[in-house]
Amino acid sequence: MFSIEVNHILKTYGKRAAVNDVTFDVNQGEIFGLIGPNGAGKTTTIRMMMDIIKPDSGDIKIMGEKLNDSSKNKIGYLPEERGLYKKMSVMDTIIYFASLKSVDAQLARQRGEELLKRADLLPHKNKRIEELSRGMSQIIQVIITVIHEPDLIILDEPFSGLDPVNTQLLKDLIRDLKKNGKTIIMSTHLMNDIEELCDRLLMINKGRTVLYGSLAEVKSNYRNNAVLVEAVGELGNIEGVTDQTPHNGAVELKLDAKTTPQMLLERLVKKGIVVNRFELSTPSLTEIFIKVVGDEHE
Amino acid sequence: MNKTLLLIKHEFLGTVRRKAFIILTIAFPLIALLGILAGQVLPGMIKTTTTIEKVGYVDQVGLFTQNTSESNIHLIPYSTEDAAKTALEQKDISEYFVIPANYIKTGSIQRYTLTTEIAPGSAVQSAISDFMLNNLLQGNSPDIIARAKNPVNISSTTLTAAGTPATNQGGFSAIILPYIFSILLLLAIFTSSGYLLQGLGEEKENRVMEILLSSISPRQLLAGKVLGLGAAGLVQIVVWLISANFLLRMASASWGNVLGSLQITPEFLILGIVYFILGYLLMAILMAGVGSISPTAREGQQMSVIFIMPVIIPIYFITLIMENSDSIAVRILTFIPLTAPITVMVRSGISVIPIWELIVSIGILILSVWGLFILTTKLFRTYLLMYGKRPDMKEIVRSFRAS
Repeated sequence: MFSIEVNHILKTYGKRAAVNDVTFDVNQGEIFGLIGPNGAGKTTTIRMMMDIIKPDSGDIKIMGEKLNDSSKNKIGYLPEERGLYKKMSVMDTIIYFASLKSVDAQLARQRGEELLKRADLLPHKNKRIEELSRGMSQIIQVIITVIHEPDLIILDEPFSGLDPVNTQLLKDLIRDLKKNGKTIIMSTHLMNDIEELCDRLLMINKGRTVLYGSLAEVKSNYRNNAVLVEAVGELGNIEGVTDQTPHNGAVELKLDAKTTPQMLLERLVKKGIVVNRFELSTPSLTEIFIKVVGDEHE
Repeated sequence: MNKTLLLIKHEFLGTVRRKAFIILTIAFPLIALLGILAGQVLPGMIKTTTTIEKVGYVDQVGLFTQNTSESNIHLIPYSTEDAAKTALEQKDISEYFVIPANYIKTGSIQRYTLTTEIAPGSAVQSAISDFMLNNLLQGNSPDIIARAKNPVNISSTTLTAAGTPATNQGGFSAIILPYIFSILLLLAIFTSSGYLLQGLGEEKENRVMEILLSSISPRQLLAGKVLGLGAAGLVQIVVWLISANFLLRMASASWGNVLGSLQITPEFLILGIVYFILGYLLMAILMAGVGSISPTAREGQQMSVIFIMPVIIPIYFITLIMENSDSIAVRILTFIPLTAPITVMVRSGISVIPIWELIVSIGILILSVWGLFILTTKLFRTYLLMYGKRPDMKEIVRSFRAS
């Protein structure tokens, strides 16, 4: 079953299409990455998914139905532009936002204390939000996002402004949520985070879909005919190799169209070269991102 | 609990716990109480003299010789101005006045004193006035003289077309209540809608809006805010009304039984409540709309003046409304949603507003409130998440069409 089905959504502001005919599905229990450069239409897409803004055309189904009051309670949303009531205490804030998701105060308090303890923030529960550091208040926002134990969690730039410790804390939480069968949609421009956490991804640029599929599929589509070799001594000239580039202690060998990696391995062995490492070279997501966005720009 | 009710509770509690709200709510009764106490205590503190004051006068008409003693003031005749002046300089008298030969024709007298003052003291003024009148009416009975001093007390009765006394008898008692209701309505509108505007601005600045909108719809958000703050505004008014009742009774003791003549007719009460609620809703929704398109609370407050001015207009024209309550201009003010609440309050105190006018006025107000609610919901959806930029009129119209 799909957690989210987005069909041909279009949103224009004046003559500019912020999101142009975007279609994708998110499977239940997966971590789905939504990536793209600044202004690509990621936040607009998420806001349409949350029914905060309406698409001009197309439709969106959340857990098989159009978003309504009761299905909103099954979603946890951490927006990119986020903040809290500065004068409210941490616990009152958690209880208030939980109540808007139909969680009663006692249960919200109990869950809130558990989550605050996990984040080492329990001693701050009676402090006002304005007394917390920016990182701390972002963790409170994450707690609010999951306090009602939603089935679907949408995180828009979740790691922005977090220090490495809190970033790790959030990554662990995301993995735990996945283990518990929750679906997570994560929008970010940090490609490493996508590679580390996501099962599938959608890349949009200028409002249009440019990449969509599993991480392996996307990488495979952008694989160049090259291998990474770590060997003892100089490689010298090898038949079928058009270019050699140093790459993190190894050498990336670009092959011509007639040469396969298997053929290269045989030639290296025949030349008596001791090979310590031999692997297919796949581009990083960052490289794919730069290539795709660069191509679109041209 | 229903999410709108949750928001109402949140907005209500958030407002009534604000220091500014608490201070404003108790400030009015407190200031009034201090005023009344001062009014009762100060006269006792002012030194009242029981010593006899001597005032000289020069009568050049030759008519003013009798009744030279008026309460604590003794009037001493002098034959010439120089003699009176010498007596003043020697402090035999505190002041003197000259009744010129042409007084009967002009009514003017000339007063001389050594003290610099804003106006003659009331006791001296009254004593001179009584002295002049007593002498002018010499030969008449004391009753006639007393009547001449206070010739008429007009008591009016308004009759219905059938010739029976009308329910609404007009006068001071008829205008004071509408006036008080109008002022209360204005205060409630401005404080509650001001909080709404400020709250929206702060939520935009704090970036809380998007988190809220992930749980509730723009319609629930608008309804929750308007009703929650409206309830807080009503609490404020109830506090003021209860304390006003108590304070007016206190004040009444020193003013005489002015308030005994105040009557609240059921018709007036119903009209007051209806226009109070509709007026507040209209203004609150307008303020919410202003808040949604304003990047900051401060800009929102500046923009809100556009809508506040029309509400105050009937107060500027209160005399016109009272004197021409059935004129076309006043009727038009009755039908314009922003001016209707205050205009109807004032009109209802002095005349009977035709039923059809009330139906049209209330109908237009209800439609305006509903229409604005729908439009503001659309504005909420489009502009609550727009930070740092105020849309122009074209963009707003376009967003209404788009949604």
